[in-house]
Amino acid sequence: MGPWAGDEQRAFERVLAVFEERTGVTVSYSGAGDDLQTLLQTRIQGGDEPDVALIPQAGLIEHFADEGALVPLTTDVVDALDENMAGAWTGFGSVEGTPYGVYLKVADKSLVWYNDALFAEIGAVPPRTWDEFLELSNDLADIGVSPLSIAGADGWVLTDWFENVYLRTAGPRMYDRLGRHEIPWTDPSVEVALETLAQVWGQDRLMSGGRGGALQTDFPTSVVDVYGDDPDAAMVVGADFIGGVVIAGTNATVGDDARVFPFPPMEEGDDSVVVAGDAAVAMNDRAATMELLRFLAGADAAGEWAAIGGFVSPNRHLTADDYADPVTGRVAERVVRAGDGVRFDLSDQQPTVFGATVGDGMWQTLQDFLRDPSDVEGTMSRLEEEATHAYGEG
Amino acid sequence: MPHDLPSDPADHRASRPRRVLGPAILFLLPALLFLAVFLLYPAAYSVVRSLYDASGARFVGFDNYAHMFTDDRTLTAIRNTGIWVLVAPALVTGLGLVFAVLTEHVRWATAFRVLLFMPMAISLFASGIVFRLVYDENPGRGVVNAAMVSVHDAFSTPSEYPGAAPREAFLLPDTTLGGFSGTHTHEPGRVVELPMVGVRPDDLPEQASPASVPEPADPFDNAVRGVVWLDVDLDGDPGVLDDGEYGMPRMTVQAVQDGRVVASTTTGDDGRFTLPRTPPGEYTIHLAADNFTEPFRGLTWLGPTLVTPVLISSWVWIMTGFAVTFIAAGLTAIPRDALEAARVDGATEWQVFRKVTIPLLGPLLLVVFVTLTINVLKIFDLVFVIAPGSVQSDAGVIALRMWQVSFGAGGDQGLGSALVVLLMVLVLPIMYFNIRRFRRERP
Repeated sequence: MGPWAGDEQRAFERVLAVFEERTGVTVSYSGAGDDLQTLLQTRIQGGDEPDVALIPQAGLIEHFADEGALVPLTTDVVDALDENMAGAWTGFGSVEGTPYGVYLKVADKSLVWYNDALFAEIGAVPPRTWDEFLELSNDLADIGVSPLSIAGADGWVLTDWFENVYLRTAGPRMYDRLGRHEIPWTDPSVEVALETLAQVWGQDRLMSGGRGGALQTDFPTSVVDVYGDDPDAAMVVGADFIGGVVIAGTNATVGDDARVFPFPPMEEGDDSVVVAGDAAVAMNDRAATMELLRFLAGADAAGEWAAIGGFVSPNRHLTADDYADPVTGRVAERVVRAGDGVRFDLSDQQPTVFGATVGDGMWQTLQDFLRDPSDVEGTMSRLEEEATHAYGEG
Repeated sequence: MPHDLPSDPADHRASRPRRVLGPAILFLLPALLFLAVFLLYPAAYSVVRSLYDASGARFVGFDNYAHMFTDDRTLTAIRNTGIWVLVAPALVTGLGLVFAVLTEHVRWATAFRVLLFMPMAISLFASGIVFRLVYDENPGRGVVNAAMVSVHDAFSTPSEYPGAAPREAFLLPDTTLGGFSGTHTHEPGRVVELPMVGVRPDDLPEQASPASVPEPADPFDNAVRGVVWLDVDLDGDPGVLDDGEYGMPRMTVQAVQDGRVVASTTTGDDGRFTLPRTPPGEYTIHLAADNFTEPFRGLTWLGPTLVTPVLISSWVWIMTGFAVTFIAAGLTAIPRDALEAARVDGATEWQVFRKVTIPLLGPLLLVVFVTLTINVLKIFDLVFVIAPGSVQSDAGVIALRMWQVSFGAGGDQGLGSALVVLLMVLVLPIMYFNIRRFRRERP
């Protein structure tokens, strides 16, 4: 059971077919879409849990592990993981040191998508540092092109911005500590990150429609703003799956009109990547269950799906050529190259009320910050207040 | 109408309880059981649950209620629900009455009423999505703003260079006069170069031609000459007029002395301008604000201030058909002779409406109003769909907030239950009122 439906479900079923052919075990997959948590919870309570579930949020693995619904991975599977991907991934799938999850499909959330035609107009090249990024944005604004389209109506878009900037200004270690709320949101490192963000968010001319317009723009619209027939903006920050929106919603071609560069680091050479991903977990320790997980950890499963497209694997044995298109190939290469420098989406690790709720927590506070980017102090204290409440410490 | 019915003879038997009590309980038992399991128990449990914390394990007394009335977002939700209840049902009942009475006299009354009723056939969710688009801020998408922009632009022409700005080393934004003013002063006879950015070269007016620096004016003329050009050539240097850079025609340039505009002119096709007869002495160059006025883009309908009125208007659009249908049905039940009698007595149509129709419709209007009020108290989906994520807390209502805190946001069902209890308390007076009225209608 997993979150994938439609094209993703068809692709995953082809991966499973390979497994069935090899082992003779029959696997049936049922897609649960966005209701995965509710459906899975109901089936666990009803004693009808699936053998393997695919879980889209790190926080959920912890939730189900705490309930005792998950079975730890056998050493066989952990060995397969170690052989195929960086240790950080095993870490993301572990709860208090016990490995539960096999990350199969991941998303690179540290990308900036740009409209190549608009870049060509000023002869711009993808920036390598944050300063170059600012300079480029100002140059674009100078020739009357809005550099960025920001989907401020969707809170998670803003948390992705924040996470990328925080990971780059404060470093991976602080990122981990903030993620576990070991340091408060009033920490000076948060202040630095917010002030860095304000260099972009504070300027109406750097975003399509100004700040007010950005707050009214939802995610699909922000992509169409960049790649529509009459583009309003040149860049949109987001994950690799923007490619899917480009294909579905516009006439632009990924890899040609729609290209990507890594979210600019503060200093050149910093390869940190914010990721998210779907992990497979076991709900019993039957041999066939573990065999399936071992298969999913391997290069064959990843290779099968990579060839179909719309998929990025953290598997180090895959090369860019294994992927259906060059953009995805490059993205995957970067995720693998980042090795242990990858960090899981911070807001996905938070209690839902703080990290992923419309009109609450990080989403709302960052939207308020986009409305008034001068209020760094107030933003920090509100974040801290809400985090404290969400962690049940207050 | 219920009160016209002859009284039920069963009532008289029921008033002699000792003979029928036993069998009555037997017959009532299934219904009572149903009520107890599906209504009483959940309601009572909600009250109990509201006294416990998020996990349901710790008794916290009235903490949830205290939190409810101190939390900003919940208070906003309570306030918004108040606005909804005060405005929406009255508006819909009123509109329904007006439409029902008016359509009574037109030929295609039924067709008209079917049309009005049609929004009721669409799910609130789908209507929500439609209204989200209708009120989109971008005039390219939202039809309301598109209409506003075309009306606005029919009366005032948009400015030539919205979003344009001079390079900062030359001119800075002027807070008193608007527009931009020079960073230093000049004397007559000088040539002023004004490099501009923020406009796409393709968007320049068609007559724009390559710019060049004019010769200084004759010193005795007291004239100031200069050029305004678009300084965005890639190979050129910023702030320097390079070959192939275009002038910006029809830009209003002014000379300012002691905060007063002393001379004004507009640029030619090549961006050149001559300010004639500037008075002697020092002056600053000023680019008037009208050059740069942002085009009118309509209103931010779904922003924090307007979102609740917009939501209410959508709900009115959906529910008016409901009110019309009920009231129109009530109108046909009004005895014609009462109306005729009033007309024969010389009453005007307005008097007939005020003194005869409304009193006779009174009980029905009340039913419609009360039904709508209860409907408004549980309003949820419209707000959820129409309000963009960034204003959802500004647009929030109690039912939405209840769902957010108890299910959408990590499950604080203690606080959620407290909100449900509040909603229940708000509905109670309406229920009490309803029951009393039913009692009174019984003979």
